[in-house]
Amino acid sequence: MTRQKTIVGFMPLLDCACLVAAAERGFASEEGLDLVLIRETSWANIRDRTIIGHFDAAHMLGPMTVASTLGIGHVAVPVIAPFALGLGGNAITVSIPLWGEMKEQGARPGADARAQGAALRLVAERQHAQGKPLTFGMVYPFSCHNYELRYWLAAAGIDPDHDVRLVVLPPPFLADAMRAGQIDGFCVGEPWNSAAVHAGAGVVVMPTTAVWELSPEKVLGCRTEWAERNPEILAALLRALYRASQWCEQPENHADLAGLLAEPRYVSAPAELLHRALGNRLVLAPGTAPVALNDFYVPARHAATFPWVSHALWFYSQMARWGQVEFSSRHEAAVRSTYRPDLYRAALAPLDADIPSGDSRIERFFDERPFDPTDLRGYLASLP
Amino acid sequence: MSEPTLRILLVDQNVMRASILEEGLREAGCASVTVVRDMQNLLRRIVDVNPDVIFIDLENPNRDVLEQMFQMSRVVSRPVAMFVNRSDTETIEAAVAAGVGAYVVDGLKKERVKAVLDMAVSRFNAFNRLREELDRTKQALEERKVVEQAKGILMKEHGLPEDDAYALIRKAAMNEGRKVRDVAQSVVTAAQLLRPRK
Repeated sequence: MTRQKTIVGFMPLLDCACLVAAAERGFASEEGLDLVLIRETSWANIRDRTIIGHFDAAHMLGPMTVASTLGIGHVAVPVIAPFALGLGGNAITVSIPLWGEMKEQGARPGADARAQGAALRLVAERQHAQGKPLTFGMVYPFSCHNYELRYWLAAAGIDPDHDVRLVVLPPPFLADAMRAGQIDGFCVGEPWNSAAVHAGAGVVVMPTTAVWELSPEKVLGCRTEWAERNPEILAALLRALYRASQWCEQPENHADLAGLLAEPRYVSAPAELLHRALGNRLVLAPGTAPVALNDFYVPARHAATFPWVSHALWFYSQMARWGQVEFSSRHEAAVRSTYRPDLYRAALAPLDADIPSGDSRIERFFDERPFDPTDLRGYLASLP
Repeated sequence: MSEPTLRILLVDQNVMRASILEEGLREAGCASVTVVRDMQNLLRRIVDVNPDVIFIDLENPNRDVLEQMFQMSRVVSRPVAMFVNRSDTETIEAAVAAGVGAYVVDGLKKERVKAVLDMAVSRFNAFNRLREELDRTKQALEERKVVEQAKGILMKEHGLPEDDAYALIRKAAMNEGRKVRDVAQSVVTAAQLLRPRK
């Protein structure tokens, strides 16, 4: 029997791991799929090639699926997220000079988001007063990185649109831009924080799981129309990815996985850095020993692959909060229909999978302002 | 033409491709074409040029940088969107397949932009064909070089004339179901390994 060719686009980041494992370690072929992975250079390309059908599905930023469905920043094409590609994997890194100043204001290696934020605020205020506001980089306007960074800044009393400058930079350029003094900090997924530390350009302030507990990152995204035409291919792909995620979780597979990801056709980064991040250990500052960060990157545990509708709703709340879209309760149904736990459950039914019974949950943040997905308006009103 | 000429900004780090498109646009009567290679001052250039249409090559990771600039309408005076509207999916598809991203300011008449978009797509395709041809030529040259080397080795080792050396390689290739190039490469590699060590 010929296997069904399925084309999936991805970006060179640690969390393409489940896709790579599915393609390279037999999980896709066991489901009858010939999974072809195509590496891309920008999120905009991922979006365009997905919506015009070059890709059947893609490694996408969670908020991209919501933005595409609502038509924010681009043409409206309904896109769904029936599967999450793990949890976490992001961190916030600052330049060596900024870290020095933050330390003078009380920041410490491994301190919590509140303490680091309070220190940053004092530096940011001084810089702003001197007419030299701090500049932070992130990877895309519709990304968890953007919203997590903004959330942390705002909770610390720093207005991300006035007190600092936020710019988009592609991950491979971040370390160089930091060393050249063009940016003072950034929020990005691994291995790009470790790469900046490795290059002696920056210090990891904290993983973003310190901002949002068990925070999501990428999803598998595809056009609604494609999913409706190819329900069996999609279900097979979800099963392959689910089993690949279980494989990625096992420490005994990490060396093999890191070696695969390190190849030029995938992430093209040192295997050592990738291996460390898979084991939830990061070197926070140049020349220091790696430290353990609990649940830093989770491929499968804690229902890490489940597409929580509350994630989509939180992204929407942040789009409205930061003026990317005007809040409208009419959007809510469309946002809800973007994340598809129903397709996840149906596809994984034949497997012995541990699947949450609810579609949404209360999301928890470091500043003790829980997100209740049933009350978006109230939540938005409660934010600083 | 009664309407003012379109201002076009072209972001492409490939010098040859950029000049191929620039030439096409000028021939088609677009006098105002600015080419940007240096990404550092991109925002400044966008503000200065105030373009009606922006093209960027899709190999460029900075495409995400560009999109964020359009998001922040405070920075760019007029809203910019990729392509004109939803009905343009064919145009989008042709452009993406050719490897070019196109952004058009709001409110421009579709007919005015179409010719420019078509031009960009056809010039990018022309460049892709050129590049493929170049790759093939390079490969053929490489191949010839390896075969020449292998022939030289066999001529020296066995005291054969050139034609016989080539016939030997070809016969081995046919017998083993391999390409002449691959057999020649094996001969060269083997000769290097067998060379007396210093």
